[in-house]
Amino acid sequence: MDELLKEFIAETREMLAAIGGEIVAWEAQPGDRARLDAIFRFVHTVKGNSGFFDLPRIAALSHAAEDALAAVRSGARGADPRLVSAVLAAIDRIGELVQALESGDVGASLDDEPLIQALGSAPGPTPAAAAAATAPQPQRATTIRTIRLPVDLLDRMMSGVSDLVLARNELARGLREAGPGGDVSACFDRVSGCIGDLRDAVTRTRMQRIDQLFSALPRMVRDLCAETGKQIALTIDGGDVELDREMIEMIRDPLTHIVRNAVDHGIEPPEARRAGGKPEAGSLAVRACQAGNQILIDIADDGRGVDGERLVARALATGTLTAERAARLTPAQKIALIFEPGLSTAAEVTALSGRGVGMDVVRANVERIGGLVDVHSRAGEGLTLTLRVPLTLTIIPALTVGAAGQSFALPRSAIEEIVRVKGGAARIERVGGARMVTLRGRRLPLVSLPELIGGKGAAEEAQSLVVLRPAGGGTFALAVDAVHDHEELVVKPAAPVVMAAGLYAGTTIAGDGRPVLLLDPPGLADRARVTPAADGAEDEHDSVDAAARVQSWLLCRTLSGVRRLVPVTAVERIEDVPAEAVALTAGRLHVTVGESILPLEGCPDVPDHPLRLLRLTDGATEIAYAVAEIADIVSLAPQIVPAAGPGEALGVCRIGGQQAEVIDLHWLFARHAKIAGAAAEFPVCVLPQGDPFMETILRPLVESAGYRVVCAADADAAKAEIVIVGAESKAPSAAAGARLVRLRAAVEAKGRRDDSIHRYDRAALLAALAREAKG
Amino acid sequence: MNRLLLIVTIAGERVALPASAIEAVVEIESLTPVPGAAPHVAGLSALRSRVVTVIDSHASLGLSRFGPARDAVLAVVDGHPYALLVDAVEDVVEAAAEPQPLRAAASPGWARVARSAVEAEGDLLLLLDVPAMIAGPAAQASA
Repeated sequence: MDELLKEFIAETREMLAAIGGEIVAWEAQPGDRARLDAIFRFVHTVKGNSGFFDLPRIAALSHAAEDALAAVRSGARGADPRLVSAVLAAIDRIGELVQALESGDVGASLDDEPLIQALGSAPGPTPAAAAAATAPQPQRATTIRTIRLPVDLLDRMMSGVSDLVLARNELARGLREAGPGGDVSACFDRVSGCIGDLRDAVTRTRMQRIDQLFSALPRMVRDLCAETGKQIALTIDGGDVELDREMIEMIRDPLTHIVRNAVDHGIEPPEARRAGGKPEAGSLAVRACQAGNQILIDIADDGRGVDGERLVARALATGTLTAERAARLTPAQKIALIFEPGLSTAAEVTALSGRGVGMDVVRANVERIGGLVDVHSRAGEGLTLTLRVPLTLTIIPALTVGAAGQSFALPRSAIEEIVRVKGGAARIERVGGARMVTLRGRRLPLVSLPELIGGKGAAEEAQSLVVLRPAGGGTFALAVDAVHDHEELVVKPAAPVVMAAGLYAGTTIAGDGRPVLLLDPPGLADRARVTPAADGAEDEHDSVDAAARVQSWLLCRTLSGVRRLVPVTAVERIEDVPAEAVALTAGRLHVTVGESILPLEGCPDVPDHPLRLLRLTDGATEIAYAVAEIADIVSLAPQIVPAAGPGEALGVCRIGGQQAEVIDLHWLFARHAKIAGAAAEFPVCVLPQGDPFMETILRPLVESAGYRVVCAADADAAKAEIVIVGAESKAPSAAAGARLVRLRAAVEAKGRRDDSIHRYDRAALLAALAREAKG
Repeated sequence: MNRLLLIVTIAGERVALPASAIEAVVEIESLTPVPGAAPHVAGLSALRSRVVTVIDSHASLGLSRFGPARDAVLAVVDGHPYALLVDAVEDVVEAAAEPQPLRAAASPGWARVARSAVEAEGDLLLLLDVPAMIAGPAAQASA
């Protein structure tokens, strides 16, 4: 095909992708002159080009569209929905014709005449057009100079640079072995730096703005709304986030599917929304942001959310879940059932979302590229899905392990935790030849890597277990002889004869220059014929001696500059918020994140700069913790030196030769824990009313010690286990069976028989409360 | 047509490889086994920062596995580099004529990897099919 014509097709396609969003935005705001101009420029350019290439149909369509738009520009016509639809239809047809041109199938036989007529019939100027002409004009993004490159050229560059990196590693090893040599090593450092920069630059050439994905959404949502009769306000944020071109293609389908689902099943029809006290127009927010080496894409709607109970009912009905297991599921695990195959809660299958492709496929697709899907549902209020994907496919974070004297790599994205067998946290049992391991009450199938690869060594002798949660959802434990290291590996596809083994996902070269096989977790499970336990992600992560097991931690720098470790399991997500989101309200700092208001920790004052937040959760309560930066993700079993007193830091540990504080989540959450819901379960403590010290200062302490505070007149006061009174007051009669704790204001006791406690003696108070709680 | 042939010895037999299919003659220093793979996959080796899949040509012929062979020829098939272990590498020669279909019945192992013979320096040599050597005995049906 003619080189010029190819160029025209590519250019038109690119413009078409960009213009879809502009048209929908223009429809919403017909007075937006900048958008109108952009659309006009598009049809004008197409008209010019099609004349040049002698493409009469495209020329006629673009000519008619140009005329109609010119009339709007001059104010002769209003941008009514009919006109917008006609312009859209014409642009769609142009797209189809361009597509046909590319595939060589020029004889697309549809008649363009009705489209041209729809554009033509002008009903005269409308007052709306004149009025809207003064509407504010949003800024246009400045255009960046670009060139077009064939993709395989970029691929070749990337693979060249990858090789360069490996050669550098080999050279580094050679230099190390040769011993110190001043001149060479300075030179080598410079070369090494250059290669690092080059790799960054080339990686970036493969990056595309995620706009590529998002630009299609306004049009899609508009069309879906038209089909379903729903009203939806779509907001898109973070379109300038960049990620690997290949990744963009890989998440296109999952994203489309999630958005369709949100429109079709999530957001209710206007009548239902009105009945439910919500605004008629639903809202759908798509947001991308970068967090370290990952891109997070949130898709949040304010629809009906996912009904966990209905999912459980469906799962029971289809037999994917046993009643006994169902009873043990946490709410989060129930919601996570949407990722099970064949469990759709949609009452009827609609033309939009169709049947067959479900959330299970979405998750499998995302996990295939080393990503994760999180789901967060608020029944009746909406659903938020978060896709976490790595920035690029070629360099993946991996864990190297040893088995039968050989090294293997495991993709870190599939690893849930690493457990040392010796610590006693894991118990291995044999059940009819099969092996299971019990970890903190959770029973998992056990696969022995040394046995699987034909070496010696039974699972019972393994040093470490790596708990894997591969694509497909099932969790299992892999016994290995040794856990070596975390490494960023340049992974290449393995030869077909190697892939045929069904155990590997690729090959790489380790730091010592030897080839290393990257293990494929689903393949391992298949090979060992285990049926992985299909349980959710949320398991208890406390109750085990920290020294016995390795845990993943986020190493952060706090706003005050302290290095602090936060357990990854407590971090629900990472968000960036503008400074305005933080306010001093209700006596403390709160931050608005999306729909919710969270208490803000780690930030002493209202900030004057945007904040990066860790959203921490204990399953019930959520708090936001501000950090200056996230330095790293580390796996370790910290040796903690306890802190001097209670506070944000539990203690100090050593990491990378420096000190880092370990966050005291218990202390943090104790300040915010919601205990109202389960009030009846807590022991009761009676506090006198009307005393400001008791009400405001003592009460939180008593509550954080696990008591429910009531006043003496309360019906529950009779059940009180402890009654606190001032030293001078009389004990209330209700507290017959309870123990009395007297608090005095004076520091010194009045004589030997005074058993009262000074009211600011925290330790004595807590001791008294603790004794009571046990008794 | 490129008539250059590389003469190697495999399992005591002098055979020819099309020189155009061979990138280099290399020495394999160390092997990383690939557990679970077919027997003719000897392992992986790193050559010039590339991971090369090493093929045991004896096993590929259905014979017992190689001893400690070191010499190999490097070939790239479908973008993947392979090293084919050989007993010895002799020389590069020019073919005297076009390859001829093999009329006589070779043993089953050889018949799978060599469908023709070629004359060079007065001898008639089997012309090996490199992709068939790499695919191994199990993939015979699809070859």
